[in-house]
Amino acid sequence: MLISMNWIGEFVDLEGLDKESLIKRFTLSTAEVEDIFHMGENLRDVVVGEILTIENHPNSKKLHLLTVDAGDKVYDVVCGAPNVRVGMKIPFVKEGGRVEAGEITTATIAGYVSHGMCCSESELGISADHSGLWELPSDLVNGTDICDVYDIKDIVFEVDNKSLTNRPDLWGHYGIAREIAAIAGRELKPLELLDLSQYDELEPVDIKILDDLCYRYSGIKVKGIKKKVSPVNMRIRLFYCGTRAINLLADLTNYLMLEMGQPMHAFDCAKVNEIRVKRFTSPFTFKTLDDAERNIDENTLMICNDKEPVAVAGIMGGLASEIEDDTDSLLLESANFDAVSIRKSSTRLGLRTDASMRYEKTLDPEMTADAIRRFLKLLKDIDPECQIASRLSDVYNKKYPVINLSFDKKYVDRYTGIDITDERILSTLNALGFKAELTDGVFNVTVPSWRATKDVTIKADIIEEITRIYGYDNFKITTTTSPLYPVLRSNGNYADGFAKDILVEKYKLHEVHSYIWCDAKKYKELNIEIEDNVKLINAMNPDNIVLRNCMIPTLLTFTNENKTYAPDFGIFEIARVVDGKKENGECNERKKLGVVLFSRTKTEKELYFKLRDVVMDLAASIKHVPFTFKNTEVSHNWQHPKNTADILLGGEKIGFINTLHPAVLTKIDKKAAIVACEIDMDAFADTQKAPIKYQEPSKFPGIDIDLSLDVTGGKQFSDIEKTWENKTELLKNVSLIDIYEDGGKKSITVRLSFVSAEKTLSKAEVQDIVDSITADMAKIGVNLKG
Amino acid sequence: MSTKIELIKAEFENELALCSDSESVEKIRVAYLGKKGKITELLGELKNVPNEEKKAFGQNVNLLKKFAAEKLGEQVEIIKKAEEEKLINSQEQYDLSLPSGEESGSYHPITLVQREVEEIFASMGFTIEDYVEITDDYHCFEALNIPKHHPARDMQDTYYLDNGQLLKTHTSAAQNAIMKKYGAPLRAIFPGRCFRNESTDACHENTFFQMEGMMIDKDISISNLIYFMKKMLSEVFKQDINVRLRPGFFPFVEPGFELDISCTICGGKGCPSCKNSGWLELCPCGMIHPNVLTAGGIDPEEYTGFAFGLGLTRLAMMRFGVKDIRDLNSGNLKALDQFKHE
Repeated sequence: MLISMNWIGEFVDLEGLDKESLIKRFTLSTAEVEDIFHMGENLRDVVVGEILTIENHPNSKKLHLLTVDAGDKVYDVVCGAPNVRVGMKIPFVKEGGRVEAGEITTATIAGYVSHGMCCSESELGISADHSGLWELPSDLVNGTDICDVYDIKDIVFEVDNKSLTNRPDLWGHYGIAREIAAIAGRELKPLELLDLSQYDELEPVDIKILDDLCYRYSGIKVKGIKKKVSPVNMRIRLFYCGTRAINLLADLTNYLMLEMGQPMHAFDCAKVNEIRVKRFTSPFTFKTLDDAERNIDENTLMICNDKEPVAVAGIMGGLASEIEDDTDSLLLESANFDAVSIRKSSTRLGLRTDASMRYEKTLDPEMTADAIRRFLKLLKDIDPECQIASRLSDVYNKKYPVINLSFDKKYVDRYTGIDITDERILSTLNALGFKAELTDGVFNVTVPSWRATKDVTIKADIIEEITRIYGYDNFKITTTTSPLYPVLRSNGNYADGFAKDILVEKYKLHEVHSYIWCDAKKYKELNIEIEDNVKLINAMNPDNIVLRNCMIPTLLTFTNENKTYAPDFGIFEIARVVDGKKENGECNERKKLGVVLFSRTKTEKELYFKLRDVVMDLAASIKHVPFTFKNTEVSHNWQHPKNTADILLGGEKIGFINTLHPAVLTKIDKKAAIVACEIDMDAFADTQKAPIKYQEPSKFPGIDIDLSLDVTGGKQFSDIEKTWENKTELLKNVSLIDIYEDGGKKSITVRLSFVSAEKTLSKAEVQDIVDSITADMAKIGVNLKG
Repeated sequence: MSTKIELIKAEFENELALCSDSESVEKIRVAYLGKKGKITELLGELKNVPNEEKKAFGQNVNLLKKFAAEKLGEQVEIIKKAEEEKLINSQEQYDLSLPSGEESGSYHPITLVQREVEEIFASMGFTIEDYVEITDDYHCFEALNIPKHHPARDMQDTYYLDNGQLLKTHTSAAQNAIMKKYGAPLRAIFPGRCFRNESTDACHENTFFQMEGMMIDKDISISNLIYFMKKMLSEVFKQDINVRLRPGFFPFVEPGFELDISCTICGGKGCPSCKNSGWLELCPCGMIHPNVLTAGGIDPEEYTGFAFGLGLTRLAMMRFGVKDIRDLNSGNLKALDQFKHE
């Protein structure tokens, strides 16, 4: 929103104040100022001139040769404007002077020398009108600086609208002036209003509110309006504040909105007579002021003339009842509506107007009648002949309760941590329009109506009022007195962090981040099926609707996109997936680690075992426990039917590891090996960390026995392992010495290391144990290589 | 007999002089000092020496033995030196300037920044909390004093799910659960991934990281808030940071602030990064709204607290000079492999 300092100056005496630093303080105390503009700053030597003579330019049909009296002397000027007239007064910039676009120098135009320029409004930056010269009143004295005649010089600042969302009172200059007065420690002048009590005997306006979404509706009729054009200074202010001047009545409603923040609407009295505020039971179309057909539904509040809709309440008037340039009587509306309803209607219609923007902030309904009084004061000043044709009619259906708050100085001190004096508290609150008194150590504060619609409701809100005007940069800052307690790192934080360190520092993997949803397009390219899962209902991109239930597909798309990065690389991510829904219907959100390794130099088998080792390392390093693996059926289409295994921890599934299905692998890279694994980090973090159990090293020599075994029939090492597990405490270690494969035959050699803490073992007693183990092996079809 | 000693000595010296490798030296040692060596055998001749000469002869032979052993030792040393020198000369001088084939892994920049901030807060007694990404209306809005139809819900374009839940739009969604978990007093930070349903460009992402912090106790004040933010941010940016507060509206705090820091690029003098203002808008913060404390089971008459929301993604971009936010979730290793432990 654009704010004019000239306008503010009408309500606060700014004499002797540095306006720029005042505006900067406004940022610190009230709302963010995004920009400051110095209007009229570029103008120099622009004076009132009078056209004395006009001749046609001999070399041009459009140009004229003028002589212009600029007070000091008469200038020869070449002018291209269509509306030149002898005796016309115009703004004239002398040679060497400046307009908005730059310096005006003596110039030869089509063979004739011009010593200055006659200006349009647009050239002086006070409107967009460049259709012709700006015609000035004939009573102005030639040579007078134009900036002394009109309020062209001004400082305008732009406040970030987003920082005003909670401040309905700041959507007009008067509210901003109140803030500036409080910041500057100056008085806020009251608004000059027209006393309407003298018209109380006149006929009322027929207003009926038929819907409780309308809180208040005030209206009055005026007739005999002669003036059509707004005064120059008013037009300049409107333009500086971003509004185009149209005609006096339209301009006045805009002016009032920019001044008080109260949107108003002027109906042509000839077209609107009986105000009814209501919603319709069935939808229809309605043409708004901007000449657009709007679909009005049964939720949209409408202003009607009896049964005929004439305006969308709080948003925009209708084209049919619009005031036109020849309108001389009007029905003035100043109303208040339910903020949420206006916001929803405005969103539904796709029509966000200056009015709706204000109403959706929850405006103060107390304002409506004063806005009419102010409007009429301004109108009467401009057009004293016009007549008030009705009494002020005012239907006030919903009043906000008056809010009174009480607190003591201790409450303020507790919040601020500093000592702000009683006097300071009182003066700040009173400057902002609160009624504040200190009685027996208790501050009793009445919230002004313009802050009481939603903004200030509790004691803590008052703290903000006191502290922001005090200035946060004036705060003495201190640490707390509250005691410190030891902080334990959570298991999850520890496990995630440690896992990342191992993967990055030890295995040289790269951590990536991705999205929580599937990417349908990318999945399809790789033949990855999207599995049914919880969906977004309002995603912008139709490809990103289904939430992912697994980390790996996204990592595979990344792998695909990075396949030219290096012949060997690995990526991982620790993030959330949604593993379907829980019994109560909520998402079963799990934090998972996903790892994908890519290699063009290793075989798939080598890579698969490497990943297996990485996974084992995580368990061993972080939790001092072993993971085990068990081949399983695939649960995703991208998994390899043979080489997909569950990762188990204490017999419970905690993840999976797999190679890729050829249908997916070939889409990424036929010549590469790709393997993947996923671990549930929530479950992993919850796992008890096994303590370190120190064992004295034996003082006696041990005995190693190597066994070479024929392994057939798809037997896994884990099957064989069972034959020595828990057999004897003397077996301290088993290591794999060799694997030999020849055609269909496979043999492995394991070394069993026996040692006792108490004595030197005899060969005979070890042999007994070995015999028992080999006997068990034979039972499952594993025999010593013969 | 002494002439024989002289002869053997001369013979030994001649032969030894001809040796150029350790093997031939060893042969000579055996030939003279071995069991059947020439010098050893001289001792066997002692019995033939007349008695009066026996003593002198024995001494001379022993002298020769000692002499030979010494000479052999010297020759071995000389040859060993020569051989080492030869070996050294034949060996390669390694070029350490050759590029290393050793790869290194990389952390996501968010991880690096997050760890750093976590460490700073942990050192100030803040516990680090983890919170879900999918939550509900109550935690994301209702418990934060954002009632239905509040415009704040428009400001945050929320991703809603078909089971009625939603993706959290801010880390503040965890406030309620954490207050209920710990009660007061409380110091906690909770980093997390947040989601906003908006179009992405170089400055906007629909998926990004924040870190929320809360401190609740008796008499926690605005003065404390400014103190902690200044200390913490000075640590994060590794320079003395000035902070300033401006009024800012967030329904879950009262008073609410926008916190600006002195521009880290120009130090506050004004530059294009700070639009010549000398300040960078960094994080929203404020005193926790009494309704939010109440919803979290904490009595606002007894306790006050502050909360802040730090944009971890923004912080990472500032720290590392990442210009396009989309690089962070791109999975592009050419961008991401640069982030090592600092």
